[in-house]
Amino acid sequence: MAAPRIWLVWRIGVFLAALTPLLFWGWQVANNAAGPEPGRYLLLNIGIGALWMLLLTLSLTPLTKLTRWKGFALIRRQLGLWTLAYATLHLLSYALFILGLNWALLGSEIVKRPYIIVGMIALTGLAVLGATSNRWAMKRLGKRWKPLHKFSYAILALALLHFFWIVRADLREWAIYAAVAALIMATRLPPVARTLPKFRQRFSR
Amino acid sequence: MLIKIAKPSDLHESDVTPESIYLSRRRFMGGMAGLGAGIALAGQKAYANAADYSDVPDGSAPPWLSEKISQTEWRAVTPSDPEKDIIAPFEDVSSYNNFFEFGSGKSDPARHAGSLETQPWSVVVDGEVNNGGRFTLEDFAKPSQFEERIYRLRCVEAWSMVIPWLGIPLAEIIKRADPTSKAKYVRFETLVDPDQMPGQRSSFSLIDWPYVEGLRLDEAMNPLTLLAMGMYGRELPNQNGAPLRLVVPWKYGFKSIKSIVRISLVEEQPVNSWQEIAANEYGFYANVNPQVDHPRWSQASERRLPNSLFSPNHIDTLMFNGYADEVAEMYAGLDLRANY
Repeated sequence: MAAPRIWLVWRIGVFLAALTPLLFWGWQVANNAAGPEPGRYLLLNIGIGALWMLLLTLSLTPLTKLTRWKGFALIRRQLGLWTLAYATLHLLSYALFILGLNWALLGSEIVKRPYIIVGMIALTGLAVLGATSNRWAMKRLGKRWKPLHKFSYAILALALLHFFWIVRADLREWAIYAAVAALIMATRLPPVARTLPKFRQRFSR
Repeated sequence: MLIKIAKPSDLHESDVTPESIYLSRRRFMGGMAGLGAGIALAGQKAYANAADYSDVPDGSAPPWLSEKISQTEWRAVTPSDPEKDIIAPFEDVSSYNNFFEFGSGKSDPARHAGSLETQPWSVVVDGEVNNGGRFTLEDFAKPSQFEERIYRLRCVEAWSMVIPWLGIPLAEIIKRADPTSKAKYVRFETLVDPDQMPGQRSSFSLIDWPYVEGLRLDEAMNPLTLLAMGMYGRELPNQNGAPLRLVVPWKYGFKSIKSIVRISLVEEQPVNSWQEIAANEYGFYANVNPQVDHPRWSQASERRLPNSLFSPNHIDTLMFNGYADEVAEMYAGLDLRANY
């Protein structure tokens, strides 16, 4: 009885931790501490937040292999859905706060701007993965579920391309995210994936 | 000296909005901002008169500069539509900057520029001139009358602010330098000092320092073109380009180069830094033009800052940022789509 309760606390804790940045940014805006363009402040922070969520989600599998701790696998779906939530809020911020709900402008911008097209494709991909993350869909998809959800790595690549396109004068921040992403992707390469559990064994001895 | 010919677009004393109406509009907008963000625009100040800068934090101007500022011709140029062109709060103008020498985030310059040593400062005037040399900022500024000019600043990123600058017309400096007949362009350079400018230490920087900008000679001689040394009744904060920056109000903000150390009269068109990084996105002219989009976003409208969440404050972008009467003539016959 005690063990499930611990996992529930863990999952609720992760939920609250993932919610905290949104509350913090909202608080900053409400307190006039977000600068002269609060909409852009939310847009950029939530966008970076979505990238964080995606990187965290994708780091759970290698972390499980490294540590065998059950807790990581338990929050994978939740963090995946948080990624979708952040990315959706990112688009909503753009439509609401930058475009001021000018639908015609949104339509033309989406078609005209490559970095927005790439972002929209990534978000669509996230939505598909989110919609197929429930048990019913997992059962229906059976063996196809896993290859479908490996598209999350392609989505990560698209998100980084989307980010790369808006870099102006300095690539440092982008390069750090790209390096972390490359590291996570590298852990899924079969030779690396095989050695991860061995690392753990060496570590625990 | 600026020769003033009254235009229909000029502002008259009678056009100035009474403060009560102005304040009621503020309150209305503050109400609109509502929905939690509540008083988003409340602390905003009117700056209706030059004397209203009392809430602006004091700088540490050297005595000669304080004296020049005290003798400013206040409100020498004012916006034609004071209803729309409300001066932005000092706090916003001094905390929301693109100054890549100090980092690429909007708040980086305010965070990192404080340590920039601006006293003493010298400016080199060279190239195709008969009367060049290295001048201390004081000698450089002293012969000219300071003017306060309230200009719209339109950033290429599709936001804008209204800012009261203090400075001298660039034309006076150029006349003093006495250009030779070969001088066709003016080239400007920002300080290079990686010890003081962390952005210049970054190995991921795309800019090949120094930051360079340029103007055609007639653009540089245009009465609107200003060399600013102050704003909001005080000297420039470092993050706004202290101690000497260019202000070219009909061009995108990146043309208004900051912390200038060198002004050269040259024969060939200079390659400005942004053109060097991405020539398909940023040209030499960079005139504000609602009909020519940036490849990644529309330039047809702009967000006038400060704004609030649910009123992004979109306004139509005007040709030459609303200064067409003063500058359009210079570009007669020039294809502005090709020469963006």
